[in-house]
Amino acid sequence: MTVAHAAGSPLEQFKITRLVEMEVGGLDVSFTNSAVWMVVVIVAISVSLLFAMRKGSMVPGRGQSVAELSYEFVANMVRDNVGSAGRAYFPFIFSLFMFILFANILGLIPYAFTVTSHIIVTFAMAITVFLGVTVIGLIKHRMRFFTLFLPKGIPMVIAPFLVIIELFSYLARPITLSLRLFANMMAGHTLLKVFGGFVVALGFLGIGPFVFIIALYGLELMVAFLQAYVFAILTCLYLNDALHLHH
Amino acid sequence: MPQLDFADFAPQIVWLIITFALLYAVLARLVLPRIAEVLEERQDRIADDLEQAESLRKEAQAALEAYEAALNEARSDAHITAQVAHAKLAEEAAAQNEELEAKINAQASEAEARINEMRVQARDEIRKLARTAARQVTARLIGLDPGDAATDAAIDRRLKEGV
Repeated sequence: MTVAHAAGSPLEQFKITRLVEMEVGGLDVSFTNSAVWMVVVIVAISVSLLFAMRKGSMVPGRGQSVAELSYEFVANMVRDNVGSAGRAYFPFIFSLFMFILFANILGLIPYAFTVTSHIIVTFAMAITVFLGVTVIGLIKHRMRFFTLFLPKGIPMVIAPFLVIIELFSYLARPITLSLRLFANMMAGHTLLKVFGGFVVALGFLGIGPFVFIIALYGLELMVAFLQAYVFAILTCLYLNDALHLHH
Repeated sequence: MPQLDFADFAPQIVWLIITFALLYAVLARLVLPRIAEVLEERQDRIADDLEQAESLRKEAQAALEAYEAALNEARSDAHITAQVAHAKLAEEAAAQNEELEAKINAQASEAEARINEMRVQARDEIRKLARTAARQVTARLIGLDPGDAATDAAIDRRLKEGV
């Protein structure tokens, strides 16, 4: 990477490049730099967890502790927010959490590509959660599912307005869910890149923005974890709504 | 903004589905059951250990109770033994006392008898001396021996008068 590039457009890091051009039935399925990092993410998760659990000792070592901790972290999240009915969805939520977490954190490595900094990826995950949760709710409660939009004990006069508001907020869920993650990732990386450009441009005085970048990097690590957590916990809450209907 | 290039949407979605499905399969089939198994095993082990500790504690409690019971028994045994020994000693002491007393009494009465005897003897001696002295004094004074019987009678008479 040249200095010119490092100091180039802060949005350049989000560019998709096709490494292997592929097409199946008119659909572009090219293997891109994004796909590379998706593969890196799932390999990193699988290998690190499998490696950590290879011995399965009674008294866990460092790696095993982390693996067990992440398991219990998500398991508690599902248990507290969804209850015992959420047990069946635990593997999905765990996968979702780990995928976003690793994508966010691995994306912080310099020159890496952040999978979750693309709105289409976060939206695909959010819409999957949204549709899945809606279908689960409809199967479980049939027509009673729509009482979700009419909170109990509301006067009939304002009921129509409330139903509209509730419906809109429900339909907005996949958008808010995906935008939150995407915007956080993109903003953080853009900011890092902008200040990175300052470091290069200022020469010796670049020490100022450089120190700032170090602090920002710590913040971004926290945001990476926090956004994965928020995505997972909101998925739990939506699932709880669909399963139990109480508002 | 590269994120809004619609031509890039399809490959990203496709690879997201592929990779996420793979990840889900690996986690749901391999990793999560493994972690759950280890956690459960540990939970069982801890429960077992706690149970064992509880039974051991009970055993220790029982042993302590048995020990205390034995201790109490031994203590009361010792108490009884001590009492018996005490009584026996007291009895022996009393017997010895009695024996000693009897002996002392015997000695005392013997001594008393001897004293009496000596007193009688002394009185006889005194009387004899008095008789002899009286006879000699009488003989000197009047030149006449009154004889033993008369002297004795005179002495007795004087003694009775309380001189």
